[in-house]
Amino acid sequence: MVEWTEQERSIITNIFGNLDYEDVGSKALSRCLIVYPWTQRYFASFGNLYNAEAIKTNPNIAAHGTKVLHGLDRAVKNMDNIKATYAELSVLHSEKLHVDPDNFKLLADCLTIVIAAKLGSAFSPEIQATFQKFLAVVVSALGRQYH
Amino acid sequence: MSLTAKDKEVVKAFWTKLAPKADDVGADALSRMLVVYPQTKTYFAHWKDLSPGSAPVKKHGKTIMGGVADAVGKIDDLTAGLLDLSELHAFTLRVDPANFKILSHNILVVLAIVFPNEFTPEVHVALDKFLGALSRALAEKYR
Repeated sequence: MVEWTEQERSIITNIFGNLDYEDVGSKALSRCLIVYPWTQRYFASFGNLYNAEAIKTNPNIAAHGTKVLHGLDRAVKNMDNIKATYAELSVLHSEKLHVDPDNFKLLADCLTIVIAAKLGSAFSPEIQATFQKFLAVVVSALGRQYH
Repeated sequence: MSLTAKDKEVVKAFWTKLAPKADDVGADALSRMLVVYPQTKTYFAHWKDLSPGSAPVKKHGKTIMGGVADAVGKIDDLTAGLLDLSELHAFTLRVDPANFKILSHNILVVLAIVFPNEFTPEVHVALDKFLGALSRALAEKYR
């Protein structure tokens, strides 16, 4: 059972409360596909991913990035129950999408970088620690139903 | 995943922007590592103050970035260029090489903060590869 302090809860709700989901989602996903090109394997039907420019301007990737961020929203709203909240999503990623769960960490790292760029020095070490703790719980929950 | 000519070009170009702020970047990255990954504090039990921005942290951040600067200069043969540093880490410091990845991640986070516009995905991938190659060179003499 994950324990959250009041401070950690407010840090997470604040970060997500002030987020442009479309902007951050598309930036995080496109960064992931550029920095870790093997992740492109899951997006073969999304159109042109030929180079960084193509990835950054691909509307399907942008839309999907937004979708992923909205998925994270569910964890923000259910911080005491992320494992149960994500049980179905975990099954989906395993049985239908066949995503290697190691990839979740890669996207989480890219999201951290995008948030850091956005918040600047306001992204203090303590806030970074809380944000990464949150993402680690999400990543673990998403991988939970794999077998 | 070795460094292409393009990767080296991107790293060297970005380094010229980074060099004047290297000490601050090093201090911030090290501070973050100690806070976000508390297990890394075990290597610094002999320091009086492990808090972000403390004197020993700042000094050591500078030392680390000096090593990174050295590596940029030796980017064409990191393994040979970093042999002495590798021996130091392997036999004297005995830092578990898993921690190289952790420090690298924190360096990248600080770069995103300090250079929000210049730290593009293209620069990110080149630097991630470079820090990975640096880490491998550092681990060369371990066993």
